[in-house]
Amino acid sequence: MDAAGIAFQILQSVFVVLAAPALLGWVNQCRAWLQNRKGPGILRPYFLLWRLFHKEAVVAHNASALFRATPYVLFGCMWLAAGIVPVLATDLPFAFAADIIALVGIFALARVFISLAAMDIGTAFGGIGARREMLIGFLAEPAMLMTLFTAAFLSGSTALTTIVETLAHREFAIHPGLACAAVAFLMVLLAENARIPVDNPTTHLELTMIHEALILEYSARHLALVEWAAAIKLFAYMTIGIALFVPWGIAEGSDWLGLPLAVAAAAAKLALAGAGLAVLETVSAKFRVFRAPEFLSTAFLLAVLGMLVHFLTDV
Amino acid sequence: MTEQWVNLAATILLIIAFAMLSQRRVLSLVRLFAWQGLVLSVSTAMVAYSTGQSHLWISAALTLGLKVIVLPIVLHSLIVRLNVRWDVEPLINVPTTMLAGIGLVIFAFALATPISQLAGTVTRSTLGIALASVLLSFLMMIVRRKAVPQVIGFLAMENGLFFAATSATYGMPLVVELGIALDVLVGTFVFGIFFFHIRETFDSLDIRHMEKLKED
Amino acid sequence: MEIVWVLGVPLLGSALLALLGHKRYAPEINIVFSLATLVAAALLVVRVIGSGPMTAFDEQFFVDPFNVFLVALTCLVGFTTAVFSRPYMRVEEEHGRVTAVRLRLYHGAYQLFMFTMLVTLLTNNLGILWVAMEGATLSTVLLVSLYRTPASIEAAWKYFILCGVGLAQALFGTILIYFAAEKVLGGGTVSLLWTQLYEVRHQLEPTVMSLAFVFLLVGYGTKVGLVPLHNWLPDAHAEGPTPISAVLSGLLLNVALYAVIRSKVLVDGALGTEFTGQLMMGFGLLTVVVAALFLSRQRDIKRLFGYSSIEHMGIITFAFGMGGKVAAYAGLLHMTVHSLTKSGIFFAVGHAVQKTGTQNMADIRGLIERNPTIGWGLALGSLAILGVPPFGVFTSEFMILTTAMHEHPWATPFLLFGLAVAFAAIFGKVQPMVFGQSNARRLPHQPALLPVFLHLLLVLMLGLYIPPYLDQWYRQAAALIG
Repeated sequence: MDAAGIAFQILQSVFVVLAAPALLGWVNQCRAWLQNRKGPGILRPYFLLWRLFHKEAVVAHNASALFRATPYVLFGCMWLAAGIVPVLATDLPFAFAADIIALVGIFALARVFISLAAMDIGTAFGGIGARREMLIGFLAEPAMLMTLFTAAFLSGSTALTTIVETLAHREFAIHPGLACAAVAFLMVLLAENARIPVDNPTTHLELTMIHEALILEYSARHLALVEWAAAIKLFAYMTIGIALFVPWGIAEGSDWLGLPLAVAAAAAKLALAGAGLAVLETVSAKFRVFRAPEFLSTAFLLAVLGMLVHFLTDV
Repeated sequence: MTEQWVNLAATILLIIAFAMLSQRRVLSLVRLFAWQGLVLSVSTAMVAYSTGQSHLWISAALTLGLKVIVLPIVLHSLIVRLNVRWDVEPLINVPTTMLAGIGLVIFAFALATPISQLAGTVTRSTLGIALASVLLSFLMMIVRRKAVPQVIGFLAMENGLFFAATSATYGMPLVVELGIALDVLVGTFVFGIFFFHIRETFDSLDIRHMEKLKED
Repeated sequence: MEIVWVLGVPLLGSALLALLGHKRYAPEINIVFSLATLVAAALLVVRVIGSGPMTAFDEQFFVDPFNVFLVALTCLVGFTTAVFSRPYMRVEEEHGRVTAVRLRLYHGAYQLFMFTMLVTLLTNNLGILWVAMEGATLSTVLLVSLYRTPASIEAAWKYFILCGVGLAQALFGTILIYFAAEKVLGGGTVSLLWTQLYEVRHQLEPTVMSLAFVFLLVGYGTKVGLVPLHNWLPDAHAEGPTPISAVLSGLLLNVALYAVIRSKVLVDGALGTEFTGQLMMGFGLLTVVVAALFLSRQRDIKRLFGYSSIEHMGIITFAFGMGGKVAAYAGLLHMTVHSLTKSGIFFAVGHAVQKTGTQNMADIRGLIERNPTIGWGLALGSLAILGVPPFGVFTSEFMILTTAMHEHPWATPFLLFGLAVAFAAIFGKVQPMVFGQSNARRLPHQPALLPVFLHLLLVLMLGLYIPPYLDQWYRQAAALIG
């Protein structure tokens, strides 16, 4: 573990945390454009976070310590997750931790905390939100794991860095199994990040909320951390998707020369992915909550089929 | 390269088979069936192009004509004339059906792998998918309770068999394929006649009404 | 050249009857064409007796000892059924159960059905065999639903779907055979020709062939009526017109079994094991036992004999499964006598049903009192099918049983159980129908009883004496199969 590696690791972690709100802003901006609105600008989420951090936090008087701790746990989990995904380079000191199963575990940990915190106050909407969040998580996790396993089988390792290195260096070939997995992953991404068609991030209707219902009781800096964590989560999912399915252009090891190229490639890919997400959200309508299990079972089905097809055609 | 494209087509066929399994609306089923035919025809044409097997071009054209154009039109007009256009089938237990479907896919792959290893065709790895589509259509026929979807399942099964023939052996001899196509065409017309008889007799195309004949 | 006649006549007849089938004289045309087919088949038989097995049209068609007697049998039963159908369908028409338009469909499809069965038997190409078999389903499915009653439509739909699905499996099996053959013979039609495949059967890939056989057995087995794929059979027999029940039971089941055995010969050559035989023995025994158990629960007379056909198909499948020359000989003989007896029974049943106006066995009483010929026909036919000596069924069943005792003693109890239960069920039900208080009525048309007694006479003859050339064919075919 040399100094350059550590520097690179720190650089990537900071980059992730700082860039995440911008990605969210970009998605919102694209959506606005697609809806013929001018849009609030990419930097809007930063202003929002700034404003929230300067407000006085109000906490329900029956809130426990868990409720107060959750925003920090959440933020920490997401930061860790986004920090170990190979965004800019593959050979990082934390690379050994970037195991796909561990990654799914980190997301699950965050989910448990936010759900417990939502139920902690004892309001009705918190309970509904927690139940729905657990339902979706319960269905999304197997699909996510299956997706990741397909990629893992292709490269013979569950370490994300190894997968990315293998995939980035192979000749271009159509892997039908991987294509299935990519579609499944996209569906999981939509569900896990509370996007349309599973949830609407801009909704004000409490009865249809999933993610928003969980955080109704938070304010000020707590809310800021939760929102920031959500932005990082979206960022992390997108980078995982990019790492698995379009890994080209990533820097090898701690290569300072490759860095500008890697940053440019990552930014371009993320911008494209964000725009794609905006298009997807504009053209589709939100499901009823009860359709979500069907949506996610389809994702699971696709992921399993992807893995089976991979066995059939590539082995 | 052809191999990869054919593999991709095969995967799409597999996904279409699953989509058919879970599709509730009759018209969407016909559309899926037409898509299946199109993918089949394109993949056959790709194999024909890369291997230079001229009779495969004819098979591809036959598939295009029969399964993408004629049969969907016939089915569509039947559906319109029988006025079952908006029929929605209440499918119970979609997840169980899907799990059974995955089981069938695994079974089919396991069955086909030793055979496809013996094949010398570029399309050999898709034999498992072809067998899986046959079994999935079979499953679809079992879980469906209406006449039209059952028939679409039947035709989809034939598509799977055609794909199996292409992937294992670059297609059956032309005489046989023409004979099979004739059977499918005649069969569809007979089915069409049947729809009218069933509706006339039972006032519905729901074959749950047809459970009188059983051992008591 | 005779093959052209054998195939051409019914095809032409089908085309002609599709135009004229509703006319008053259509049944006579039907008989004439069936007779012409029979004559053509007789010429073919004479030719084969004279010059031995042959192929025709670039090996696309072939005649060998195994299929020649089935061709003759098919044409014979086709002819007698046409004779039976003339008065039978006239009565049905006068009862208003069929219209003139449906009679046109009936007559056209009848000849088409004969054509498809003869193609199935004569073709040398396994792919064409499949196509013709599917054609046989397609041509009969609208006949099963001819009366357009809810039950008949249900039966036809079941028949169509089940046999369609079954045949789809058989097509996959055929593809697999082609796949295995392509390795040895190269691509093209030649790899589907049975005679060519037979030459190279030892070189065919065993794994592929065994899998192919499973699919072929399940597929064609659905049409044979093997348990658990038999569901369509009793319904189709009970709800269709009786002449169709007669040809389904007497001919179609044989033809489907013929396809299974043709495949078995190839697969056995490739495998060199008992695999196919064991599979067929298992299916056969299961079929015998299950069908026998169902027999006693039937109330509908045509369903009863439908189940009896299933039982006999089980016996034949078991016989071919045992293998060996004696068993195969007995199987071939049983195919012949069952076909003749069962169609004869259906002729008698058809008339009895028309006399009494019901298919419910509880309402059919005292046939012998009002109509001795029909009564005796049914009684003798039932005795024959139950294996009472000196009818031919006894001979073949005896041979099958003794072979089973010798080679597969474990199977004998099952066979005996099936035969005993079937005997009790059918005898117990037929006896009050034949004797007892009569309630039959007179019909305007003379029943055609010639076919019934002709068939029974043939069965009796086969029980006492087998003509030398038939014996020769059976021996040669048994050597091929066993």
